[in-house]
Amino acid sequence: MNGAQDLGGMHGFGPVVPEPNEPVFHAEWERRAFALTLAAAMPGDWNLDMTRFARENRPPAEYLAMSYYQVWFAALEAMLKERGLVADDEIDTGHSLHPPKPVARTLSPGDVAQVLHRGAPTERETKRAAKFKAGDKVRAKTINPVTHTRLPRYVRGRTGTIERVIGCHVFPDSNALGAGENPQWLYTVRFEGRELWGGNADPTVAVSVDAWEPYLEPVA
Amino acid sequence: MSGHDDHHHDHDHSELTETQLRVRALETVLTEKGYVDPAALDLLIETYEKKVGPRNGARVVAKAWADPAYRTRLFKEATSAIAEFGYAGRQGEHIVALENTPAQHNMVVCTLCSCYPWPVLGLPPLWYKSAPYRSRVVADPRGVLADFGVTLPQGTKIRVWDSTAEIRYLVIPMRPAGTDGWSEEKLGELVTRDSMIGTGLPKSPKDLAK
Repeated sequence: MNGAQDLGGMHGFGPVVPEPNEPVFHAEWERRAFALTLAAAMPGDWNLDMTRFARENRPPAEYLAMSYYQVWFAALEAMLKERGLVADDEIDTGHSLHPPKPVARTLSPGDVAQVLHRGAPTERETKRAAKFKAGDKVRAKTINPVTHTRLPRYVRGRTGTIERVIGCHVFPDSNALGAGENPQWLYTVRFEGRELWGGNADPTVAVSVDAWEPYLEPVA
Repeated sequence: MSGHDDHHHDHDHSELTETQLRVRALETVLTEKGYVDPAALDLLIETYEKKVGPRNGARVVAKAWADPAYRTRLFKEATSAIAEFGYAGRQGEHIVALENTPAQHNMVVCTLCSCYPWPVLGLPPLWYKSAPYRSRVVADPRGVLADFGVTLPQGTKIRVWDSTAEIRYLVIPMRPAGTDGWSEEKLGELVTRDSMIGTGLPKSPKDLAK
């Protein structure tokens, strides 16, 4: 979706302000919101792409006004409610008021290290051949799905070069909808700064995105 | 998204308090329902607050500086080379190492969210997740470097890597001069978090002596 999360190339946010000796978390609630988000993914049975969509799927003014973990937490509440795992009256009272729904899995303390160490690799086997090879000229398609996509606006319609064929990976546009992993070839596509930002842009800058095959079309 | 520096008005204060209460309420509900175990939450927090952080990445970089065979493995297949240290898993399932050279300086961003190589760098700093960095680094990386007090030589090109998929990028900065014969441990002290994102450079032996 063309939401506020798609920030590349926007103006007006001011300088980057690094915080010296920044702590990992800035408040106790951030610690808990972070951990709840990771742990609830097991009973919630949602995938990372659904999580990302839940975070970006809000009015831009709201997204930009919220802090990072406020966005995480709002998405967590939304996903729990959508799946009927938690109801509004429970959030309001801070107690379970309805019987729990049966869930397939939960995260036990004994499994934490192993679950984190395993992660969730997204590369998949395929018998299909990759359509593009390194060096091919491609154009990022002009698409504007209202659902989740990982093709940023600033490269849409722009011409770049396939730099690397990464492998076949879970396709977020499908996975976020619960429509299956639908694995697709993934490429690193390099764009010259001037192709993205115009003739006055710094000629010594190039930017790459990792783009799935359905995002790309050949350039003759 | 707003940074924490913005939260200094009474309004923001009460908003944060409300968030705090809401988070606590949700944790209680989820615990009562048996969906989460607070002991597992504690372990998740402890992992990323105490165990996993940029010192992991610094060890990888130092080894790449000191051990040519390791360097070759790292640039060929970073995920497995990094796993030699036991660093693997969540948000680092597929890692690519980027080589800084006098000709090219690499910078990493996630314009769409906050993708970052957790096993080697830990959780991202606030600025990395913030709108100023995510909006600007793809269009004006030299301007962003200036915000960090970094100026590159004129002849150095900049390559920005937008982490739009599940590939996570780790910048391997250039080894500082004057470090011949240094141990991996000592070299690791020169490696800063920002030098592995591309918004900084490693410390020099002089910086270390300060």
